[in-house]
Amino acid sequence: MIPLSWYLIAAAALFCIGLFGVLSRKNAVSILMSIELMLNAVNINLVAFWHYHSQIQGVSQVAPQVFVAMVFIIAAAEVAVGLALIISAYKRRETSVVDEMTLLKG
Amino acid sequence: MSGLQVVFLIVAIVTLFSGLMVVASRKMMHSALWLILSLLGVAILFGTLQAGFFAIVQILVYIGAISILIIFTLMLTRRVMDDDHPGVIKGWWLPALMAVILFGLLAGFMATWDNFQAMLNELPANPENLAGFGAALVDPAGYVIPFEVASVLLLAALVGAIYIAAERKEKAG
Repeated sequence: MIPLSWYLIAAAALFCIGLFGVLSRKNAVSILMSIELMLNAVNINLVAFWHYHSQIQGVSQVAPQVFVAMVFIIAAAEVAVGLALIISAYKRRETSVVDEMTLLKG
Repeated sequence: MSGLQVVFLIVAIVTLFSGLMVVASRKMMHSALWLILSLLGVAILFGTLQAGFFAIVQILVYIGAISILIIFTLMLTRRVMDDDHPGVIKGWWLPALMAVILFGLLAGFMATWDNFQAMLNELPANPENLAGFGAALVDPAGYVIPFEVASVLLLAALVGAIYIAAERKEKAG
């Protein structure tokens, strides 16, 4: 079977790729896509630890499953609000590049 | 090396490569399509962890809903990003360096854990116990409050999203 470490390393790599995207991309939609990558990396970790914990305890554990489900719900809510904000800002400023979003400067 | 390990390695490499292409490709639509491949890879990783339910939920929620929403937004805000325009900031090497350092720190820190090399064995029959999971979500002694708060949050987020993105008549003129 697969060592736990492989999942943790793969999730860490995916998280760092997402972090790079968040910090370096210009377009707000790209930044949201990178955030999705980071959330997925966290979910891989949670599911891997759910498996590990269930294996140690001998019965299926419910708490990690609830945690994973919450991450799914939060991700869906976050992406819905984020994309609505991007569309709203685009309507006012004709841009979705974060450098040019200066609506709060007054 | 067992067959499952080979499957894991192939899927992990595809997932990480498409993740890299999400942040590296110039055309936004291409990165959205790479994102779908990456999310599918994560779903297969869930499958290798015997979490078939979450693999299906991943496909339904992420590939079915979230990526379609992202593609809609890209099409609504398309022409701002010329395809020859670089998609990353000028000093992109600094975030890249930070990400590599963070990965090194994470990997080094996790490697100090005693059970880091633990093998994930096959769980006994009915590994997911979905009936127990569903019962725990609506059990007052379990997780009914987080569950209800999450549903209210989701409803509020969707209503808020419609309100934010809707046309405002008074500002139209």
